[in-house]
Amino acid sequence: MSTTTPLERDFAVSAGLVQPKLPRGAGLLVAVLALGVSGLLALLLGWNPVGGLVLAAVLFVIGFPLWSALLEGRRSAVDRLATSLVCLAFGVVLVPLVWLIWMVVSKGLSAISIQFLTYDMRGALAHGGGIYHALIGTLLVTLAATIISVPIGIFAAIYLVEYGKGNRLARVTTFLVDVMTGIPSIVAGLFALALLVLIFGPAIRIGFGGSIALSLLMIPTVVRSTEEMLRLVPSDLREASYALGVPKWRTISKMVVPTAIGGIVTGVVLAISRVIGETAPLLIVAGNTDSLNWNLFNGRMMTLPVYIFQQYSSPGVLPAGEVGDPPGYARAWGAALVLIVIVMLLNLGARIIGKIFAPPTDRRR
Amino acid sequence: MAKSIDISDLDIYYGDFKAVEGVNMTIRARAVTAFIGPSGCGKSTFLRALNRMHEVIPGARVEGKVMVSGQSLYEPGVDPVAVRRQIGMVFQRPNPFPTMSIYDNVLAGNRLNSKKIKKAEADAIVEKSLRSANLWTEVKDRLNKPGMGLSGGQQQRLCIARAIAVEPQVLLMDEPCSALDPISTSAIEDLIHELKADYTIVIVTHNMQQAARVSDDTGFFNLKAAGQPGHLVEFNPTNKMFTNPDEESTEAYISGRFG
Ligand SMILES: Nc1ncnc2c1ncn2[C@@H]1O[C@H](COP(=O)(O)OP(=O)(O)OP(=O)(O)O)[C@@H](O)[C@H]1O
Ligand SMILES: [Mg+2]
Repeated sequence: MSTTTPLERDFAVSAGLVQPKLPRGAGLLVAVLALGVSGLLALLLGWNPVGGLVLAAVLFVIGFPLWSALLEGRRSAVDRLATSLVCLAFGVVLVPLVWLIWMVVSKGLSAISIQFLTYDMRGALAHGGGIYHALIGTLLVTLAATIISVPIGIFAAIYLVEYGKGNRLARVTTFLVDVMTGIPSIVAGLFALALLVLIFGPAIRIGFGGSIALSLLMIPTVVRSTEEMLRLVPSDLREASYALGVPKWRTISKMVVPTAIGGIVTGVVLAISRVIGETAPLLIVAGNTDSLNWNLFNGRMMTLPVYIFQQYSSPGVLPAGEVGDPPGYARAWGAALVLIVIVMLLNLGARIIGKIFAPPTDRRR
Repeated sequence: MAKSIDISDLDIYYGDFKAVEGVNMTIRARAVTAFIGPSGCGKSTFLRALNRMHEVIPGARVEGKVMVSGQSLYEPGVDPVAVRRQIGMVFQRPNPFPTMSIYDNVLAGNRLNSKKIKKAEADAIVEKSLRSANLWTEVKDRLNKPGMGLSGGQQQRLCIARAIAVEPQVLLMDEPCSALDPISTSAIEDLIHELKADYTIVIVTHNMQQAARVSDDTGFFNLKAAGQPGHLVEFNPTNKMFTNPDEESTEAYISGRFG
């Protein structure tokens, strides 16, 4: 910045380039004032803190643009109003998220111990027992669902983008995939059960049935996200490959898919984290058991969401003489925390994988 | 090894839209043929019909005959992949593969076709192709960096290197120099002169001087009116075209008295 001569300054003012501006920390100041005023009111009138917070937000959204309108003029005031509303909306969105995580962590953390993670529920009474069988069940069932749905989903998406291009079959497939996105998970569970009953007779409950149900829910998401990613690959690149005398299948397998792989993997991981918390279909087909089962194809298999449901719906009773919540509640919260941690790890993994595989699109040196 | 191309009564369509109509010409082997004409008259479209790249676009089709050394390209039994292996192409917009390094981009024709080549041989191909495209000195120290990290003009030269690395017999170039500075342009023109000894080259250009400098034959395309298909107005040796053209509109276009 060079110094301005008085003459230049006059010019700037007369041309309307310089206008009064709120001081730097104005927003913060108004926020603190609003909080202070509403806090005081809440204290005096005996409101609960939520009411105070709401009042503070309203005060801020009114007060900040008002000050700006008095000092800076209309355009800036509208700008400040929009900014405050957007920030407020962001804050409101954060509330349930933070609340939920805080609640699960605060209630679940105390339940977690080595024993909780490595024991199943066989013979567990008021104390003892753990989620090992449910953890293994969830991992196995979800893994099998992934193994079923990823190839089907990716190949379907490749067909839709690369081969179908608006023909009858592709349009029908797209429509059905859209419909499948919306089927309630319990219907998927009933379908899987009906399928198994047809094949193996009634009273069949196996973990693999849960995998079938989950893959019904996963396939449409995998198809959709893979489709989006494949469409993002510019047709210029396909043409460049064809022009080098590369056949279509090699162009797709060695150029198009590798270019989109980061997004595809991310989509798959997100699809997994969507279905890993499904309860209803697993309750129906995979069943409910207290003991560890490594075999997807034989016998009931416990999973984390079903475990949570079961512990909460029949929490048991404390031995005579002890007071407090029934023992199942703590186990349910602990299992919920483990489930959330798994989902978070999956999302984190998806981000890292997406970063690693993303083609360097912009000019980086 | 170089091949001549005979085109007779070629009509090119995008769905129902007829983009180019009734083209007849003979593109000589071991010569450079330039196409000039106003924007949208169908030069790129025509060029893409010469190696069956046109049909990659949904709904696009071609009527008429394209004969390469006596073999009709649009005969039912002809494999477009085989055609494109012999007739390479450089596009109007640079399109290096984003997942590949500079080195792999040059070798893309081999890599994508899973051809096994020895490391030494691959190195030789990369260096030769990049030198021909006048890019070697700029990138020789960062061959393993992504091809997308280059400037627009460098990317275009990379695409040229990629196209000549597979040694096609005919090379189609769609405005290869439109994003290049004069130095690279003259390097590409030198390259065209060199390649002419062995290859058949077809180049689209908006630069009259370039057409005059590099080509042996020139074709002038034009539109009768907006919305009408483009057609070949005149096809003659470049000397004649630029000194004493048959058609008045050619003269007008070349001398710049015309859109
Ligand atoms: N993919 C496409 N689908 C439909 N019409 C197209 C397509 N590509 C080109 N066209 C049309 O075909 C005509 C010829 O286009 P073309 O790209 O061959 O022009 P050009 O001579 O190469 O122009 P330029 O000098 O601007 O590159 C134009 O009317 C254009 O709108
Ligand atoms: Mg063009």
